Amino acid sequence: MAVPIIFAVATSVQSGGPDDVPFGRYIQTSGLAIPLVLLLFGSIWLYPLITALVAGDIIASEDHNGTLKTILTRSLERGQIWRGKVLAAGSYAIVAILLSGVVAIVAGCIVSGFNPLTTLSGTRVSASTALGLVAASLGFYLIPILSIACIGLLLSAVTRNSAAAIVGTLLFSLLLQLIAILPGLSGLEPYLLSSQFDAWQGLLRTPADWGPIIRSVWVCALYAVPALAGSYFVFQRRDVAGG
Amino acid sequence: MGSEPEPGGAPIEVRGLVKRYGELTAVDGVDLTVDAGDVYGYLGPNGAGKTTSLRMMLGLIHPTEGTVRLFGRDPAHSVKALDGVAGFVEAPRFYPYLSGRRNLELLADFDGGEAASRIPAALETVELTDRAKDRVGAYSHGMGQRLGIAAALLREPRLLVLDEPATGLDPAGMRDMRRLIRRLADAGMTVLLSSHLMNEVEELCNRVAIVSSGSIVYEGAIADLNRNASQTYHLRTTDDDLALEICRREPGIADVRVEGTDVRFSADEEAVAGLSGALVEGGVLIRALAPQTVSLEDLFFSLTEGSPPAAEPASVPAPVGSS
Repeated sequence: MAVPIIFAVATSVQSGGPDDVPFGRYIQTSGLAIPLVLLLFGSIWLYPLITALVAGDIIASEDHNGTLKTILTRSLERGQIWRGKVLAAGSYAIVAILLSGVVAIVAGCIVSGFNPLTTLSGTRVSASTALGLVAASLGFYLIPILSIACIGLLLSAVTRNSAAAIVGTLLFSLLLQLIAILPGLSGLEPYLLSSQFDAWQGLLRTPADWGPIIRSVWVCALYAVPALAGSYFVFQRRDVAGG
Repeated sequence: MGSEPEPGGAPIEVRGLVKRYGELTAVDGVDLTVDAGDVYGYLGPNGAGKTTSLRMMLGLIHPTEGTVRLFGRDPAHSVKALDGVAGFVEAPRFYPYLSGRRNLELLADFDGGEAASRIPAALETVELTDRAKDRVGAYSHGMGQRLGIAAALLREPRLLVLDEPATGLDPAGMRDMRRLIRRLADAGMTVLLSSHLMNEVEELCNRVAIVSSGSIVYEGAIADLNRNASQTYHLRTTDDDLALEICRREPGIADVRVEGTDVRFSADEEAVAGLSGALVEGGVLIRALAPQTVSLEDLFFSLTEGSPPAAEPASVPAPVGSS
């Protein structure tokens, strides 16, 4: 939450903007560019990190505290506890991103005004249309983020160690990005989870490019569903000792 | 939560329980039956597989072989087997940054039903009402153990499974813990209590299983255990050399050895009476002849290494499956 505020304040005291990123040029003219620039900056590392921090920790920390055995000997089935963990990790990620988006919108509009925005294709859209686009961008960005949460949950259940699960989740994302730049493997790029982090940018073209967004839905599901199933299986089956 | 029919079966029925971790066999063919109303001592040294057994009984880990039934239901299959069952394995664990009461509230949510309404009474029973507002992180070890019991009581258990509840407590804490368990047992709860302390089990339990290296080496009523295990005596006389000779000659006197200034041997009471006569007749006067308090270690030696008369284990379980 602090990040968008700092970002907006920095914008207001500087005369220019980061010209080298899309929308960077426009942050002085429209507050609605600010959440988009923030999303551009945060999409690869910041938000996946925030998501992994909770998803990777959520089962492993109970292991570490020894409280997993405490709650497993009450009246809830393991499946119910697992579901609770999934919902908590997912809703945390959703709230974190939406909250940071809302704060960025508000802070941006205070600093630079609720003005029309120039899209990636160079067309100007009205402020209210731009607001809708920003909201939709945040929404579609949640798709890869929830996949990251699923991977974090899997690692949290498997490694039983918060740090390993958090770092592992980010490392997984980094490794995918490395694969994308390997010669000969670049054909895989559209199917890597890390490539879905900027799928939302398709919305900000005129006309909107739905291709990457639709692809991100099924590509992300391809990562999320096995990870989620794996974490369920591991959590159901595993021995809870120690603590 | 409708009232379901009372499930059949003893509070705990364990058959052929085995847990292997790779090469290591932590629990090796344990058979155990705890009947309603028992205060059952599960006695063994550290590393004997007590905690691993209890984990399987509470469904925290899956048996490699064998079965556990709690009131006839399998805890590895569904947590419903824990209806009417509560307890803890190793030290009870809570969220350290929350208060004792808040921890209990959370756990009551996990239990559902009326559990939350029992919090004040449970805190009262374990004498934590005054400290319920404090963070659990600031609790002493003894308070943590008591909170563990309070958390178990929220479930209104008919069977209480406690893993070394008095371990790590100071003498007063141990005494209080034993009184508390006694009180709960008197109120009709069946208790399975693991321990490595002989006197604790003697004081609280009516039945006992002694485990060593993952297997039960003795199972029976606590009263029989003391009778069966041959006692160790120490003897000091006016002529220790001669006394040693007489001891070695006397029937029923076993395991004669010199330790420090004392002669030590194992015998039952009858043989000791005979020995005292023989000593006097032999011209050796007794300065001291006293039974040594039976320590768990001695019992182990007599049960596992020696073959004391009449101490044949009441029911040595036949290992199920191959070993």
